[in-house]
Amino acid sequence: MSENLTPENEPRKPGTATPRLGKSSTRVIEHFVAPLEETPLAAVDKVDESGAPLSLWAEAWRNLRKQPLFIISAVLIVLVVVVAAFPQWFASVDPTSCTLDNSAEGPRSGHPMGFTLQGCDVYARMIHGTRASLMVGIFTTLGVLIIGGTMGALAGYYGGWLDSILARLGDIFFALPLILGAIVMMQLPAFRDNRSVWTVVAVLVVFGWPQIARITRGAVIENRNSDYVTAAKALGLSRFSALVKHVLPNSLAPIIVVASISLGTFIVAEATLSFLGLGLPQSIMSWGNDIAAAQPQVRNNPAVLLWPAVALSITVLSFIMLGDALRDALDPKARKR
Amino acid sequence: MALANIDMNKSGARAASDVPLLEIKDLAITFDTQGGPVNAVRNAHLTVMPGETVAIVGESGSGKSTTALAAIGLLPSNGRVSGGQIIFDGEDITNASSKRIVELRGNSIGMVPQDPMSNLNPVWKIGFQVKETLKANGLAGANSKERVAEVLAEAGLPDAAARAKQYPHEFSGGMRQRALIAIGLACRPRLLIADEPTSALDVTVQGQILDHLDRMTTELNTAVLLITHDLGLAAERAEKLVVMYKGQVVESGPALEILRNPRHPYTQRLVNSAPSLASKRLQSGKAKEALAAAAAAGTVEVAKPADVKKADAVAHAEEIKTHKPAGRGDTILEIKNLTKVFKLRGALGKSTDFKAVDDVSITVKRGSTMAIVGESGSGKSTVAQMALSLLAPTEGSILFDGVEVNTLKGKALFDFRRRVQPIFQDPYGSLDPMFNIYRTIEEPLKIHKIGNAKSREKKVRELLDQVSMPASTMQRFPNELSGGQRQRIAIARALALNPDVIICDEAVSALDVLVQAQVLNLLNELQEELGLTYLFITHDLAVVRQIADEVSVMQKGRLVEQATTDEVFNNPQQKYTQDLLNAIPGASLLV
Repeated sequence: MSENLTPENEPRKPGTATPRLGKSSTRVIEHFVAPLEETPLAAVDKVDESGAPLSLWAEAWRNLRKQPLFIISAVLIVLVVVVAAFPQWFASVDPTSCTLDNSAEGPRSGHPMGFTLQGCDVYARMIHGTRASLMVGIFTTLGVLIIGGTMGALAGYYGGWLDSILARLGDIFFALPLILGAIVMMQLPAFRDNRSVWTVVAVLVVFGWPQIARITRGAVIENRNSDYVTAAKALGLSRFSALVKHVLPNSLAPIIVVASISLGTFIVAEATLSFLGLGLPQSIMSWGNDIAAAQPQVRNNPAVLLWPAVALSITVLSFIMLGDALRDALDPKARKR
Repeated sequence: MALANIDMNKSGARAASDVPLLEIKDLAITFDTQGGPVNAVRNAHLTVMPGETVAIVGESGSGKSTTALAAIGLLPSNGRVSGGQIIFDGEDITNASSKRIVELRGNSIGMVPQDPMSNLNPVWKIGFQVKETLKANGLAGANSKERVAEVLAEAGLPDAAARAKQYPHEFSGGMRQRALIAIGLACRPRLLIADEPTSALDVTVQGQILDHLDRMTTELNTAVLLITHDLGLAAERAEKLVVMYKGQVVESGPALEILRNPRHPYTQRLVNSAPSLASKRLQSGKAKEALAAAAAAGTVEVAKPADVKKADAVAHAEEIKTHKPAGRGDTILEIKNLTKVFKLRGALGKSTDFKAVDDVSITVKRGSTMAIVGESGSGKSTVAQMALSLLAPTEGSILFDGVEVNTLKGKALFDFRRRVQPIFQDPYGSLDPMFNIYRTIEEPLKIHKIGNAKSREKKVRELLDQVSMPASTMQRFPNELSGGQRQRIAIARALALNPDVIICDEAVSALDVLVQAQVLNLLNELQEELGLTYLFITHDLAVVRQIADEVSVMQKGRLVEQATTDEVFNNPQQKYTQDLLNAIPGASLLV
């Protein structure tokens, strides 16, 4: 603010202090009083005891379960999780017993989606490929939440030089494209020789954490100066306990939203890496590997590529939809104060 | 003030006519919400005559703003007029087309919104925003720049032509509100709707702006529909009052008559608890008895200096009666030559010093209330932060019970926390939304490892009872409670550790008048009962009158006056204090 002479800090002239006596009108104004029965007086500021107590999470759940977007995505996610956990319930055919007799055959009874060039059942492979994709998605998200969440929370809460260092570190990783970084890193001998779900998860976590760190940092900064945090400190709570007990729980909403959306993108990243031959080894069934294997045949037998791709898209879409639904339900602006 | 270009024949000619300018009849407004339709306003009726100022008074949620917004067709998208009529100058505009409403806005009905901070577009210059209004109503003309400067000058902005080239962030709150008034009156509307036009401003600025608005609307003969929560302000500025409660008009009539002779019980309540109209310190029930007893026995202490007034007498009488162990009147908190300098970051790593608190000394006596009064930026909250040991002072010392607070560390600091507790301004921010009420009040006990689960629950029940909240509230969450209720929970939390001193940082400023009175009464009863000491930070001198024994007035970081409440009110020594006192709306109406 410039130090201009404003009407507010101008020296006041004497004589402005005459008492104001109110206005009276020359018109006749009727004095109306509403009958008391119409608006019975309530006690001042009475607690509304109707309705059960409702936490913010309970309230969010109440909003959420009415949303079609949430219902659809939740049903799909539950389905995907069940398929990943118990693939044998859905496909009785062994996806690894392939005979070249069936090479590139079309659909027939018991094999609704036909066969790959190697003569494997497409449907069985799609069902059994779910587990690897989902595991990569879930564990990468968990890892990213732990590392990114911690980094972001510390940076946002303590600020100062810690924030500067962590923020720059995050920026460096953020500047590396996820896939490009993962490609380079997967080529390193340590990773190339021990390819498994866990190496893919590790690589994706290394390049995926800055996003969650940023979101967490922002949310923590928003909450760290709240009066309830100051009040907790004045009660004698240590700075770190205040972070864990008050700041983090209140910062969770945006983190949850971003985490569920990025879960989908990690599944895509895994598929991309596997497609490029750098992700999961051929011995592990995954949608990315199957898409890669079907790619040469895409002109004469597109169905083989189509089915794992559809499964991938639906899974990713349902996580992104879940994120959107959560965003609506947890939006702090939509919450009644 | 030169109002040369007023188009007098537009408004002047009709001034004498007795056709109401705005007439609202049996208005009902319904909001469609997730939980079904909500009737925000029912059977509202009011009349605004040309040139008249009518004030709608009510607490938040009473439907006062909704009623006024309906008249200008600005209801939120989920709200609709579900009954009744709005007649503007003989024309029924209840269901007028949006085209017609747009025609009326600006040049027939103007509007000054509440919050000057958010109602100007930060990316456009002030002048542009005024011109926009003029253009929309076809009044910009050939020399629009001059016209803009004129309009701004009328609203009391000095050097208006240069000011028009500035952006909103270069304006102070009061100047922004003046700009908004300029916009509202730019097209010479015949009715101006002013929705809490000064609630966000400091009291002295508030007074000046309202004075100016008054003068302008009188000169232009504009009728004003003033919406406010402050009965004193309304009575001072309007000829006619409309009191709304729960969406209904409960009383309306001549302002002064309603103030002096309220008939509806709700209005009576409002008049009784309006802080600006109060003339003495609150007394707890017990204190009143004690005082009566003391007076009857004629045992008013001899040692007292002659000028110590009632409040002290009450304290002493009470002391004699109950034999409180802690000696009241001895110093519990002593702030000496306190200075706080903030470094403001300037360009290129240079920093400039900003003295937020400058050589402030305040002594607080045990069991009394010391109020620190000042406008925004006076440094009063910074003092509170330092007294709470949440902020380190640059210089000076704070002695609590004879112990220097700043150097406290570890266990000693932890124990200090038990004895000094804060209550903050924003009831919506001071409780963790994720904690239910039980956890909120239990937290201090847990932190200090007091009792076991069972005894803690008992204590929480007691505390809730002390702040007059039902025990069933325990399982509820802050988002289910009103502002006043949350503030009472915050008080309960502060009381949990049996502190000696409570620092109230604008603790009642965000509350409705009745709720504010309730919380002030509660604080007062608790002080009497528990012998609490309050350091009461506020911008509102009217509240000071009700709760404080002594007052320190701060201006721009410096202490300008310090005395007992009665001295300050009866015989203010400083010009600044006088200004603050004069700014209390309605102060001179009921005496």
